[in-house]
This record gives sequence, structure tokens and C-alpha cells, in this order.
Amino acid sequence: MGVFMHLCRTTNQILSKSGYRMSSLRQYSQSSVLPLPMTRNPYTMPTISAFCTEDNVSECISYINREVSSLGFPLLCTESNNGPELNLVAVLNNVYNLLQLHRRCLQTVEDIEVEQVKSNSNMDYLQLSNTRLKDQLELSKRENTGLLERERQLQLKVKSLHNCLKNEKEEVQKLQSIIASRATQYNHDMKRKEREFGKLKERLNQLLIDKKDKKQTFEVLNYVGRSDGKRSLWKTGKTEARHEGEMYKTLLNDYDSRHKDLLMENAELKKVLQQMKRDMVTILSPRKPSQSGEKHDDSLEQTSSEEDEVCDSSRESLELSCEHAREQLTNSIRQQWRRLKSHVERLDSQASLVGERANMNAIPKEVHEEEMDRLKLEIQQYKDFIHTQQQLLQQQLNSPCDDETASLLNDCYMQEEKERLKEDWKSFEEKRKNFEAERRNFTEAAIRLSHERKAFEEDRATWLKHQFLNLTPFGDQMKPQMSKSQSALSGWAESEVRPMSTPAKLNKSLSHTAFSTSRASPAKTPSTADLYRTHRLIPEKRYPTHDLDIHNRSKLQSIHIHGR
Amino acid sequence: MNFSEVFKQSNQLCRVSPDGKYLATCVQYRLVVRDVNTLQILHLYTCLDQIVHMEWSSDSLFILCAMYKRGLVQVWSLEQPDWYCKIDEGSIGLVSSRWSPDGRHILNTTEFHLRVTVWSLCTKAVSYIKYPKACQKGIDFSRDGCYMALAERRDCRDYVSVFVCDDWHLLRHFETETQDLAGVEWSPNGCVLAVWDSCLEYKVLLYSLDGRLLSTFSAYEWSLGIKSLAWSPSSQFLAIGSYDGKVRILNHITWKKVTEFDHPASINNTKAVVYKEVERKPVVGSADLSIQQHITMGSTLFNTQSKYEICPLPVQVPVVKPDLDRANPKVGVSSMAFSSDNRYLATKNGGFQVQSVTWHCSGDSLILLGKEQLCLCYMEVGEEEEEDDDVK
Repeated sequence: MGVFMHLCRTTNQILSKSGYRMSSLRQYSQSSVLPLPMTRNPYTMPTISAFCTEDNVSECISYINREVSSLGFPLLCTESNNGPELNLVAVLNNVYNLLQLHRRCLQTVEDIEVEQVKSNSNMDYLQLSNTRLKDQLELSKRENTGLLERERQLQLKVKSLHNCLKNEKEEVQKLQSIIASRATQYNHDMKRKEREFGKLKERLNQLLIDKKDKKQTFEVLNYVGRSDGKRSLWKTGKTEARHEGEMYKTLLNDYDSRHKDLLMENAELKKVLQQMKRDMVTILSPRKPSQSGEKHDDSLEQTSSEEDEVCDSSRESLELSCEHAREQLTNSIRQQWRRLKSHVERLDSQASLVGERANMNAIPKEVHEEEMDRLKLEIQQYKDFIHTQQQLLQQQLNSPCDDETASLLNDCYMQEEKERLKEDWKSFEEKRKNFEAERRNFTEAAIRLSHERKAFEEDRATWLKHQFLNLTPFGDQMKPQMSKSQSALSGWAESEVRPMSTPAKLNKSLSHTAFSTSRASPAKTPSTADLYRTHRLIPEKRYPTHDLDIHNRSKLQSIHIHGR
Repeated sequence: MNFSEVFKQSNQLCRVSPDGKYLATCVQYRLVVRDVNTLQILHLYTCLDQIVHMEWSSDSLFILCAMYKRGLVQVWSLEQPDWYCKIDEGSIGLVSSRWSPDGRHILNTTEFHLRVTVWSLCTKAVSYIKYPKACQKGIDFSRDGCYMALAERRDCRDYVSVFVCDDWHLLRHFETETQDLAGVEWSPNGCVLAVWDSCLEYKVLLYSLDGRLLSTFSAYEWSLGIKSLAWSPSSQFLAIGSYDGKVRILNHITWKKVTEFDHPASINNTKAVVYKEVERKPVVGSADLSIQQHITMGSTLFNTQSKYEICPLPVQVPVVKPDLDRANPKVGVSSMAFSSDNRYLATKNGGFQVQSVTWHCSGDSLILLGKEQLCLCYMEVGEEEEEDDDVK
């Protein structure tokens, strides 16, 4: 709607430019006027009677005034005292102006129409020419492509011709070189022949001049026998025949041997063919039950018939190696081979079909392949590992060239062990120290013990003495001493519980002291006997007891003697 | 290894007798025969002129001494030192002289190859063979010594004559389809004769003993063709060495190519073992390459301590580009030798300085003779990697 209004406005503008306002008038006239019969001039306006009546004269006048003033014409009527009066001159002028306007409009319409017709015809013409040109363009494009195509072909041809030319040139060069070499060879031969010819001529001349012809001579002391010892024969027809015969014999022998070889080869090849055929038959026959029904029967029959044929033919071929048998054999083998081929193809197709249909079949395959890949990877890894190990080992073995480094390396290896050893040594040392300490303790204890024993013995000895003396009437004097020795004895009796020394020895010593009246000497520094005794506390086995007994006994005796 | 004292010799004429008991050397015009073990001089013969060619007879009883300039051939006997035999070719001249396989006939080729005279030591018979061809190998005796093949040329055509060595009876005479016959060679079994064309055309013709053409073989056209030819000891294979540096092996049943061996400048084959000679004392200066196939200088026996080390592949063989503008260029396979057990084939390609390649009869070792040096190559018997077909 807006566009339409705009269009109307533009047409109005166009018309107003030229000073005319046709459309509005026409619109108005068409809207408010009844359709009237058309006169010859289609552009005549309908009569104004419908527009203006007795009643609305003033309105019409005012309206017309307005319109006319807008058009730029003088007013129709002027305002006077009695009311609007119609100015006739103005009206006539206006009418004339309007008529002029109308004529001009008609003129312009005609012009425009003429223009339109012209432009239509122009457009038609242009369209025609456009189509024509388009066609021409099409045609020329096609021509162009055609020409391009031809050019391309020609270029290819040129290239191939170039190649041909090159080849031809090369061949020409080769032939030229051949010709050259041949020419040199010919020349060389010619020269050689000429030289020889020259020599011949010279010799001929020489001979002609010389006249005396040095004949051939043959001097020999005596004729020697033939190498094979036989006598030579005269040349007769017989010998000739013999020679011929011998020659043919050699030839025939050669042919015979060759024939034999070929027969053997033939036989072997035939055997091979038979073997192949049998193998093919065996390969094909067990599979027959697995195949589909029709083929099964047919092929079985075929194979059975074939086998019969084959057997017959083979037997034949073994006996007569004639053309027919050979042909049969080869034909049967060809047939079998064809069958085998088709069978294998069928199997292949079946396998592929099965593979496509069932994924179940495919999966194990994939899994299998994955497994394989994995295993391969593992193997590779292990191989690399082994390789690196080997390299390191090799390095180890090869690398130490310095003594220092070697020793250092050796030390490095031994370090751990050394440290371990050191620790062990330390522990051993400690133990040893402990042992030493214990031993010392033991020795001290033993020494103490010995002292105590001595003391005890002395006490015992005094007690016994006292006892012995107490047997006498003078016993009361000794009582206080007895108590001491008793106490010592009792103390010693307690200590005897300790499993220190041998009770036997003590008994002996006691018995000894029983006879001896001597008092035990005061404690001295531990003598060797004591030490031996104490040593006996520790490993007894080291020192034989028997010796010690004697030793101790002697010592004790000495002691007691000393004590006395 | 012990070495004897050095003996004088001239013209490289030093031959051990076929039975291996005697050693014959030529010093100017004297022929010295020594015992092989003690090297004591057993016989001393004097010839009339400087000896150019010396050959033992096949039974080691006679020695032939040829003096080409004088046209003389003298034959000496080992059993009877007093025995003498002198053949004077006279004005007709002498170009080559050789024994027949039975050791009782001497074949003298006259100057300009006018004819071949067959002198007999047993009878007074003399045979003449006209128009022998002067080529690389015009005469060949079969291995059993029964037949001789001789190449002839008359009226610009090549012929081959087969003679029975017994009495020099012409067994067969046939024309060959060659442009310019270069050589004939019997197969070891004596049943096939290989005939090859000159280097301008690659063609090998195989004839049976009775003169029938069995087969022809031509590898290529126009380029220089066959340089050398060798039969395998079992007569199963025929090796053809050509100027393009390749060896082609034909089989005896179909006479078609079984395989071909190349001699590339850089060796890449993983089966190949390359031995390089490394000289400790830089006497000569260069480190030579010594390979099973490609052979250069061997080590000197006395002076330098050289050792061979195995080169890692690929190995570049030093190749000297020969002058192709000359005739008979030093390219191509010039000598080949099969080992006696049919296992190996030794070939020499290019311009290497090797005069000859000979196998030991056991097939275990190989002797390479250079101009100044020789080299012994021992095959390692344990490491067998090649078979007959794949021989390199």
C-alpha cells in the first residue's frame, strides 16, 4: 500500500513537474461520475452535469477555484458583495487553459506512447540480438574448445613425433657407429689382404727371378712305427666304406645315448605328471562329500570315470608311448588342474563369505591377531632387554683398560663384601673381647676359688689337726680355732655344691692333707698349677686330666712339703 | 712353495710332455729336455735355426721344432737321441707346423696358405690339401683324434673338409653358409662341428659329423659378432662370446639359447662374490680387481704379499673405454673356459690383461696368465651356490 501511495505520489510529482495533475482529476471524475457513453475521442471527459447541480454551485465554484488556483490559472470567480460571482472571462480563460492543458497532455501521452512503442521495438530488437549473440557466443565457445582439443592432440602428436625422432636419431647413430666399425674392419681386412697380396707378388717375382726352385725335402733316419702299432692299410674302396661306417657308427652312438637320456627324462617327467595327477585326484575326492548335492554326484561320477580313464591311459602310456596316450595324459592332467583350480576358488569364495557373514568367525581372528601382535611386541621387548644386557656385559668385559680403573672397579665390587666382612670382624672382635673378659672373670673366679679351697684345706687341715690333737686331752685349747675352721669348712661345704673341680681330686688332696700335718701356706700369687686348674674350668678337653692330676698332685705335694 | 733356479728360454717355448715326465724348453736354437722331477737335463738337441715353435707329440716320444724363416721342421726322438728328421719346405715357405693327434704326422702350412702338407713319419706318403683358409682357427682335430676339420676357401666361398686322420681320407666336403668363415671347432664328443663367421656377422652354424647342417644361430645383426667360442666338456652347452660383452649359451638338443650372461660395469647380483686384490706393498701402485669373472693382473709370486678380500656389493669394475675406431677392438668376450666338471665358466671381457684362462682338470682351480704375472684361483668346494644353468 505504501508503495502504491509512493507510486502515486511519484506520478503526481512527475505530472506536477510539467504542471499537470491529471490523475487526481481523473480519479475524482471517475469516482464521482456515472459511466457515460464514450464518444469517438476516448479521452473526452464525461459531462460536468453530474458534478455540478443547482444546489452545489457555490461549492463547485469554490472547488473549481481551488483546483484552478492550484494549477496556476486565474480564479474563476471573485468574491463580491452578493456572493461568489462567476467571472466569465476567467471561466473562459480557464476553460481555454484547461483545453490547452488537455491537448498538451494528450500530446505527451501520444509522445509517451510513441516512445513506449519505440522502446518496445528497441527491446525486442535488443532481445533478438541478445539471443543471436548468445548463440554466437555458444558457437564460438564450442569452436574454441574444439580448437583447444585439436591443439592438444596436435601437441601430443608433436611429442610422440619428437620421441620417434629421438629414437630414430639414436638408431641412426647406432647404425652409423656400426657402419663405422664395419668400415674399419673392412679396411683393416682389405689392408691385410693387400699386404699379403703384395708379399705374394714379391714372392712370385722372386721365384721367377730365382729359377732354381728349392724343392721340398724330407730326410729321416728311419721310419718309425705307427703309434697304435698296426700297419697302415692301402687306400681302397673298402677302407673308404669302413671310414664311412665308422663315422655313422659314432653318430649313431651319440644319437642313441642322447635318445636314451631323453627317454629317461621323459619317463621321469611322465612319472611326475602321474604323481601330480594322483595327488590332484586325491585332493579333490575327499572333499566331495562336503560339497553341495548336485555337484557332489556329478563330480564323483566324473572323478570315478576320470580315474578309470586315467588308469587305463596310464597303463597304456607305460606300454606304448604313442602320441595318443601322451595327449590323453596331458588332457586329463589339464582337466584335473582346472577342477582343482575351480575348487580352490570356490573354497576361497566360501571362506570370504563366511568371514563376512559371521562376526563370530571374524572376532577370534581379530583376537588372534591381537594376541599375535601383543606376543610379538613382548618378544621384541625381551629381545631388546637381552640385547642391552649383552651390551652392558660386553662393556663390562671390554672396558677396563687402566689398572687403576680396574682396581677401582674391583674395589667397587668388593666394597660391599668388604664392609660385610668388616662388620663381621667387628662382631667377632667384640665377641672375642667378651670371651676374654669372661675368661678373665673365670680365671679370677677360679683363682678365688683356689684361694678359698686352699683356705678351706688349710682349715680342714687345721681342723683335722685339731681333731687329731683333740683326741688328746689338750683339745680345749684348740676349740676357738676349730670354730673358725668349722665355719670355713661349712662355708666350703656350701661352695662344694658348685660343680667346680673334680671331687675325686679333692678327696685325694684331702687324703693327702690327712697325712700331712702342715698348714696351708698363706695365699700367694696364683701359681701355674692354679692357673692350670682354672684353665681346666674352661675347655677341659684341651688338657688331659691325667697329666694335670699328676702335675697337681706333685704340686700339691710340693706345696704341702713347702707348707711343712 | 719352493722354487727352482731360473732357466733360460726363448720365445716362451716351454712345454711339459703330455705324460708329464719331461719338460722341454727352447733356448735360441737349442732344445733342452729335462726330467720334470729332478730338472736334470736329459737330452740336448741343436736345431739349424732359432726355434719358433715347439710341440710334443701326443705320445711324448717326439718333439717337433719349427723354424719358420728357414722353412724347416726338425723332429727329435726321446727314445733314440740319434734319430733325426728334417723337413725342408723349400721355397714354398712355412707359416705353421703342428702334429697330428696320432703323433706320427706333421701338418705344415705353407706361406700364403697355399696348401697344407701332411708328412708322415711312418710311411713315405705325403698328402697335400689345397686352399686352406687363413683364419682364426682353420684346423681342428676332434678330441678322440679320429677326424680333422679344415676350413677352405675357393671361389669366394667357404667350405669345410672333414678328413679321417687315419689315412687322411677326405670324408666329407661341404659348403658353409658363412660370409667369411672364422673358425671351426669340434664338440668334445666329436659329433658336432661348430662353424662361426667373422666378426662382421654374428652367425654360428652347427654341422653334424656327416656334414648335415643341424642348426644356425644368430643373436643380432650388423654389430660386431662372435669373438670366442667354447664347448662345455660334456658337449651339452656351447658358449658364444661376442663383441657386445655377452656370453650366450646354447643347448645341444634344440640349439637354442638357454641363457645369456652379461658383463656389467657394476656388479649387483647378490650371488656374485667379488674378490679384490689388495697389495700390501705399493709396488705397482694400483689395487686391482680380481673377480671370478673379470680378471686382471694376478699377484706376483715373489715380490709383493697381496691378499684378496671380498668386496661388498655393488662393485664398480674399472673399465677402460677402448678405442673403437680400430679394427678388432678390445671389447667383447675374448676368452672363455669351462671347468672340466661342467660347473663353471670363466670368461674374460674387455681389455683386461689376461693372456689365457685355464682350468685345472679337477675343476677346482683356475690359472690366469697375464703378461708378467699369473694367478691361481681356488674355488671353494663347500660353498656351492651355482648350478649348471646359472653359472657365472
